[in-house]
Formats: sequence, structure tokens, C-alpha cells
Amino acid sequence: MSSTAHAEHLQEPVTGIPNGKLGIWLFLASEVMLFSTLFTTYIILRVAAPEWPRGWEVLNVPLAMTNTFVLITSSVTMVLAYAKAVTREKAAFNKYLGLTIALGFVFLGIKAIEYGAKFEHRIAPSTSIFYAIYFTTTGLHGLHVIGGIIANSVLLWLSNKQWDHPLFVGRIEYAGLYWHFVDIVWIFLFPALYLL
Amino acid sequence: MTESNYGWGLPTAASTFAKEIDFGIYLIHAAMFAIFILWGIFFVYLLIRYRARPGVAAKHEEHGILASLIPDFIVLAFELCLIFLYAIPSWSRIKVETPGAQDSLTVEVTAEQFAWDIHYPGPDGKFGRRDPALVHASNVLGLDPNDPSALDDIVTVNEMHIPLGRPTLMGLTSKDVIHSFFVPDFRIKQDAVPGMRIPVWFEPTKTGKFEIGCAQLCGFGHALMRGDVFVHAPKEFENWLVDQKPALNPTGK
Amino acid sequence: MADKKHSDHHQEQHWVWKYVFSVDHKVIGLQYLITSFLFLLFGFGLLMLLRWQLAYPGQPVPLFGRFLPEALAPGGVLMPHFYNALGAMHGTIMVFLGMVPLGVGGYGNYILPLQIGAPDMAFPRLNMMSYWVYVVGGILMLSSFFIPGGAAQSGWTSYPPLADISPGQTMWLVAMIFVITSSLLGSINFIVTTLNMRAQGMTLSKMPIFVWGQLVTAVLLLLAFPPLEAAAVLQVMDRVFGTSFYLPTGLVIFGQTLDVSGGGHPLLWQHLFWFLAHPEVYVLILPAIGIVAEIIANNTRKPLFGYKEIVASMLFLGVMSFLVWAHHMYLAGMSSKLSNFFLVTTLIISVPSVAILTCLILSLRGASIRYSVPMLFALAFLPLFGIGGLTGLPLGLTTTDIYLHDTYYVIGHFHYVVVTGSLIALMGGVYYWFPKWFGRRMDDFWGKVHFWGTVITMNGIFFPMFIQGLAGVQRRLYDPTAQAHNLPTQPLNVVSSVFAWLLFLAQIPFIWNFFYSMFKGKKSEENPWKATTLEWACPSPPPHGNFETPPKVYRGPYEYSVPGAKTDWTPQHVET
Repeated sequence: MSSTAHAEHLQEPVTGIPNGKLGIWLFLASEVMLFSTLFTTYIILRVAAPEWPRGWEVLNVPLAMTNTFVLITSSVTMVLAYAKAVTREKAAFNKYLGLTIALGFVFLGIKAIEYGAKFEHRIAPSTSIFYAIYFTTTGLHGLHVIGGIIANSVLLWLSNKQWDHPLFVGRIEYAGLYWHFVDIVWIFLFPALYLL
Repeated sequence: MTESNYGWGLPTAASTFAKEIDFGIYLIHAAMFAIFILWGIFFVYLLIRYRARPGVAAKHEEHGILASLIPDFIVLAFELCLIFLYAIPSWSRIKVETPGAQDSLTVEVTAEQFAWDIHYPGPDGKFGRRDPALVHASNVLGLDPNDPSALDDIVTVNEMHIPLGRPTLMGLTSKDVIHSFFVPDFRIKQDAVPGMRIPVWFEPTKTGKFEIGCAQLCGFGHALMRGDVFVHAPKEFENWLVDQKPALNPTGK
Repeated sequence: MADKKHSDHHQEQHWVWKYVFSVDHKVIGLQYLITSFLFLLFGFGLLMLLRWQLAYPGQPVPLFGRFLPEALAPGGVLMPHFYNALGAMHGTIMVFLGMVPLGVGGYGNYILPLQIGAPDMAFPRLNMMSYWVYVVGGILMLSSFFIPGGAAQSGWTSYPPLADISPGQTMWLVAMIFVITSSLLGSINFIVTTLNMRAQGMTLSKMPIFVWGQLVTAVLLLLAFPPLEAAAVLQVMDRVFGTSFYLPTGLVIFGQTLDVSGGGHPLLWQHLFWFLAHPEVYVLILPAIGIVAEIIANNTRKPLFGYKEIVASMLFLGVMSFLVWAHHMYLAGMSSKLSNFFLVTTLIISVPSVAILTCLILSLRGASIRYSVPMLFALAFLPLFGIGGLTGLPLGLTTTDIYLHDTYYVIGHFHYVVVTGSLIALMGGVYYWFPKWFGRRMDDFWGKVHFWGTVITMNGIFFPMFIQGLAGVQRRLYDPTAQAHNLPTQPLNVVSSVFAWLLFLAQIPFIWNFFYSMFKGKKSEENPWKATTLEWACPSPPPHGNFETPPKVYRGPYEYSVPGAKTDWTPQHVET
């Protein structure tokens, strides 16, 4: 562990951007490539398809709308949690980060209701190419939400011990960047699958 | 007879565009050899001339950076010539422009694990409807018996008979996985992709038997997936065609 | 042993943390190096089996045949599906588990932080994680030989629909997702380290070519691997959840209609795969070029010719490599007009490669060439990589590719690039940096035996493939004698195979030399090659944290034979 501290503290970053921040941006760049590939796949297969179901007729738009609202709200609470970490208000920080995590769970819960309704009607990824794309993209996005919840929960748990750690505020910022990315992916997915 | 077609170099050139492709292959290889030899001589010269010797120090200064760009520009110019004077025109002659259907023999070629099914329209000149659900050992292409134009269609497996003197225009597809239609003597190759119908044409310049190979890994029988093209004189071809029984009515009852 | 000085104030670490789950970039580098060499050896073993079938089709494999399970090789004769599995796994293991982890994980990890004067990588724990994720991926890949149905058998390119319906593929995909994840984590680490951890004075324009090569490689990995990851996820969906991303409507497999929804497209995979796999070629070659540049500069005792030109070419290669992928697909059924676009980009991308090669050769002019063992490897790289590049020309041209596509010509071409090119350079790197790793030198005589044995046999394997390709012999044929046009050149298969087995013998001196010298080799001085770059400015092997005091950089990386200097090398960190 000492070597980690060694590498992270002793040297000022040459670019002026902290290692962690540069790292998370690079990670997000690769994530952008991942999701753009899926979007490209969606466009190619949709253009080639003889017919394509209307998203708003076969999918549950009100639930997805609610979910969009939930995720956007969680992005706001994430920003507030970061702000409170910067101003060193621990109680408020805990509240907002906890709220972010809770909203993540709400998103997953609503998603589960949506999936459940589909499975009840015997609709699965293998039903058609539309559902294949629907389940794959939203499923992968769901995994990213779970990843975000885990990261945020770890930070919430660490906040007791590492509140004064010099890198702690930075870590909240990086988790926030990731969480916003997950939010943005959904904002693209929602119209692409449900509204277009 | 056919053994003589194949040896250590390129096989016999037996289609109208084979010579054009061979020209490119020979030209590029000549250029490659020339570049490599010249370059090799220079390289060996440097290795000997500038070996470490006591009392002779290396020169620190570097000069002639601009001159070093000369080979880059020569290569670029050569490649641009190749692209615009050779590759694009010949590619469009071979792969983009197809001959008119009325002047050609039209066939449908369907690849499957591990055979080539050749589908002729029969005397009515119309290809019958095909349905994947009807595919059966006795009806490899799934020809629909309810379609009148299917009744006289002729299907051969691994044997493609074509006439000399006019182009053969084929629609290439596959039933299962990706295959690749390759006739070395004709210098033609095209992947057969399920769900796509890709037009391919060639015009033979020699009669005889030429091998069809599969050039895309298609499963455990890939190596055994072969067939033959028989190029006949026009009259002989008509005779062959007349002798064929319709695929849906092989006994001719 | 390296930690003596530092272990006074660090508490003594258990050997598990020191050598197995270490976060030190040097230990991780060596772990990568040795693991990937083992994978290369294993992948080569698969090849030796496969080459038996090509040389003597249908005859039982001698010696090893009896150890093969009946289901794969009854009586020692390889079954076609086992042959295909060997082919697919040879390609996959060599590329994804051998060459990339060796060039990037091994060399990059060990050398890059040293060359920029950093105490470690930016994220040491992430670095350890990358290695172990790679190991897990590798084990999954190997274990696929033991699952029912055997390993993946649809080629390393895994084209669906074949890959969607063949056994073994799911394991391949899962293993690939691990390997890709490992590379992604690694590439983030490399980029951040290179940008953020440089020593004082180490500006971008003073970085060694090796570092530039690693930086461009890392960017390629970062941006090119996610599409393959997505493609692999879609193939997993097809195989496990019955979707049809790559399956069109109306497939009939052996007379049975395939029960899927259809509506997908087989070419989708090819586009996604080659979008990765062409940058992948540069991932294989750029670290090698970096190593060659280091060795050449050091052994010519003069500055590298055209440093800026080489760096610019590397950056240009990096960008262009994202625009050429479909030149693998001229005959795949995509729009014929689109081919013209990729034809132009493909030939444009050859220009920077020519520029790099020209600079490296011109570096010899006015030199004082020391024919050390690493230099022999670096020099051999130049003409052999040249052959690889030149033979890409008839494949890159659409018209000639009609005939040569998917023949042995292609195999000859990319093996000249990757094996006699990259692998030769990566082997030379071992001789060059061995004193750095272990403080000892490898034996020169056995090094030369290894060099000549390797270079001669490699050419013996791959050159006949061009002749076979011109005769029209297709790739991936289980039985090369089944088709008439392949028969005349069949003796060449025997030639290739014999040289392949000899190549194995030529590696024995290398393996022996490596392990013997590790313990018993001649002790090396701190800077045995009299080199200028920073990795030689610390003890060999470097202690934990690398440099006693953070080094300061005063000049460019290759200041050899500076007029007026006392010695013919002026290190980057020495103030004069």
C-alpha cells in the first residue's frame, strides 16, 4: 500500500490534471466507444429491417419517463453531495450521496417492473431484433447503474474513515463524473428505444 | 487433363479479366523486388561501411531530413498511380459493372455446408420461388412446387456447367454460414453471405474443367467443399442443358 | 534483493505480496513478460501439431499423438474440428495472450516508467488488477479445450453465423471479455503515467521513441477495444439468449431451419471486429518499433535519424488505423464503391510506415555500428518487416486482392509483419534489457545461435507461403490435398512444417540462456550498453521506487557522440 501512496503523492502531475481525473476521463472515453458501437449497431440493424415496431406502442413510456426523471434527479443529488464534500459538511454529504444511491435503486426497481411485464408476456431478447437491442442496451446500461451504485456505496462507507484523506474529495468527483455518464447514456437510450 | 492447369505459379488464366488481375500481380511483384533489392544493397552497404572500427567515431549531426522524405513521396506517387490508373478502373470493371442479363447465362449459386448448389431457371427462363422451410434432402434449395416457374428449374450440386463465349452472371448467396466462391483459373472470388444476394460475373475464355474452392472457413468440412466449373462450347452447353431433368420432377413423369 | 536499502523503512513484505500480488511495475512487468512468453510457447505448440496435419494429412501425429484424447484425435490423427480449434486458438493465443501482453504489459510496464523517470505507474493497484484479469482470461481461454465440444473453432476472427453455431465459442467470448478489460485498464494506466508522471525536464519532445510507441499503442487499445467488447457481448447474446444480431432470417443448417427470429446481419460482426483488429496490428507493431529504435540508437552510437518524423509518423499511423478496417472486407459483400474509399486510406497508411523504416535505416549512415546481440535482432527487423510491408501492397489493392484474399499469401504477409517483425524485435528487447531486469548479462554466443536459428527458420516457414498463395492455396484447410489446385505446392507445406519444428529447437538456447543467465550470468555494470536513456540512470535491477532521487532531464534521448563530450554517450539526466 505504501507504494501506492508513494506514486500518488510524491509527484505533482505534469499536466496539472490529477491522475485520477485523467484516468476517469480516459475510462469514460472508452465507455463512449462501447456505447457508440451499440448505437451504431442499432442504427444499422434498424435501417436494414423491413419493419420496426413503434417503441411507444410496445414499450412502457410512462415508466421510462419516470426513470429518466429519477436518474436526472440522482445526478443533481450527486452534484450536491460533491459540493458538500468540498465545503466539508459531512452530514449533508452523507444525506445526498445516500439519496443518489437510493435513486439508483429506484431506477433499477422500475426497470425490473418493466422487464417483468415483458417476461410475463413471453417477450424475451430472442423474440425479435428490436427486443434483442432493447434488452441488450438497457441491460448493459443497468449493469453500469449497478456499478455506479457499488462505487457510491463504497465511498459512502469509506467516508467515515477517509473523510479527511487528501484524495477523498477527488474520488467523489470521479464517481460523480461516472454517474453523470451513466445518466447521459440513458438520456440517449430513452428516445432511441421508446420515442423514435 | 486438368492437372496441367495448376502448378507452382498462377493457374491458367481462363477468364476475360484474369489477364488484368495477373498484370497487377506481376507489376506489383516486380516493383516489390526492385524496391527490396535496391534497398537491400543500400542496407548491406551501410552495415559494412559503418561498422564500428577503433578510432572512428560516429557522426553526431543529422542532415538530409528533407531528402529522407523522397522515398516516401516516390512510394506515395507509385501507389496513387496504382490506385487511380489500375485498381479503381479494373475493380469497377470486375466488381461494380455487371453485364446485362439478356446477354448472359444467369444462374443462382447457393453455398451450404459443404457444397455448392447451382440453380438454372430452366426452359422458361424464370427462377422459381424458394422457401427455406421447404428445404429437404430431395429439394436442396427449397423450391416451391406451387410456383409454376419453379417446376422446370434445374439444380446441380458441385457441378457448374457454363457456355464459352458469353458471360455468366450469378447471384451468390448462402443457406447457413459465410462461404467464399473461388475459381482460381478465373481469378474470381466472392464471399457468399447468408441473407444477401451478391451479383458475380465472369466470362470464360477456355473450355475445360476448372476447380471451385471455398475460401472462407465454413466449418469442419471446409477443405472438402469443392466443385467444378465445366466450360462447354455453346452448342455442347445447349445439349447438356436439354438433357437435364427438372429438380422437382427428376423422373420426368 | 533489490529492496535491501528500502526495506529498512518499509516493513518486510511477505513473498506473496512481493512477487505474486505485487503492485510494483517491475514485478508486474516481469510477470507479464514471462506469462506471455509461456502463452507464445503454448500457441506455438498448437501450431506444431497443426503443421503436422498440413505436411502429412491424415497420418497420426508422432510422439504427442498418443497423448491426445480419442475424441479429438482418434489414433493420433487430428479430427477436422480439432484442427479448426487448433487454428483458432493458435491465432487468438498468439495475438491476444502473447504478443499484446508481451509488448505492452511486459515491456511497457517495466521500461516505460523508468524511461520517463517515474517511481511507478500512476495506478499501481490497477496495474496489478490488469495483470490478474489477463491471467484469468488466459486460463479461461485454455480451459476451453477441456469443455464438451472443445475450444472455439471458427478462426481467431470468429465470423458469424459460423461462430454463432459452433461449439466452444462462448468460452472464447467470455475469455476475450476478460482480456479486453485487462487491456483497457492497462491502457488508461499507460496514458496517465506517460502524461502525468514524467520527470522534471522530460518534455514530450524529449521522450524516447519507445515511450511514444507505447503511448500511441495505449490510445489505440483504449479506443479500439471497446467496439470489440460490444461485439463480443452481442455474440454472447446470440449464443446464450438466442438473439439474432448476426443472424439473418431464413438460415438452414444441415437441412434444419434455424429457430431464431432473424433480422440480424453477418457483416455487422466483421465491421466491428476489424474496427478493432486493424488498430490491433499497430498495437502489435508500435511497441516493436519502439524497441528497435532504442536498440539502433544505442548501437549506432549516434542520434536517431529523424526523431520528429518518426514520432509524427507514429501519431499519423494511430489516427489512420481507425480508417482502414474494411480493407479486410473487399470481398465480404459490402458495397463495391465503399471498397475504393478503404483502398485509398489503406495505401495512405503505408506511407508513414515507409517513413519510419527509412528513418531507421538512415540512422545507420555515419554510425559506428556495434554488432551486439540485441542489435542483430533490431537489424533483422528492418528487411523482414520490409517484406511484410511490401507484400501488403497486392493485398491492399482491391483488384489483386480478389485473387490473393484468404489464400496463404495473407498468412505469409501478416506473419512477416508480426513474427519476423514484432516478435524478432521483442526477442531483441530481452537481450537489451536483460541486464536491467536481473543485473546480469545473457551469454553472447548462445544469443547469436538463437538469432541465426530463429531468423533462418522463420523465413523458412513463411516465405513458401507466398508461393502457395500465388498458386491459389486457401487458408484454414484441414486437408490441403483435397483440392486439385493445391496439390502442386503441397511439398512447400512440408518445408514450412519442418522449419516450424526447427524454429522450436532454435528457441531452446534462448530459454536456457534466459534462465541460466538469470542466476549464473556474468554480473553486469549499471549501464552496460553505455546508453543515454533514463532506465540506465538507476541501479540494475532498480530498487522499489526506482530512483534514489527523482532524476532531472536536460536533453533529448539519443545524445550519442556529441562533439567535445568526454564519452560517446551523454545521458539525459547528466548536467554538463
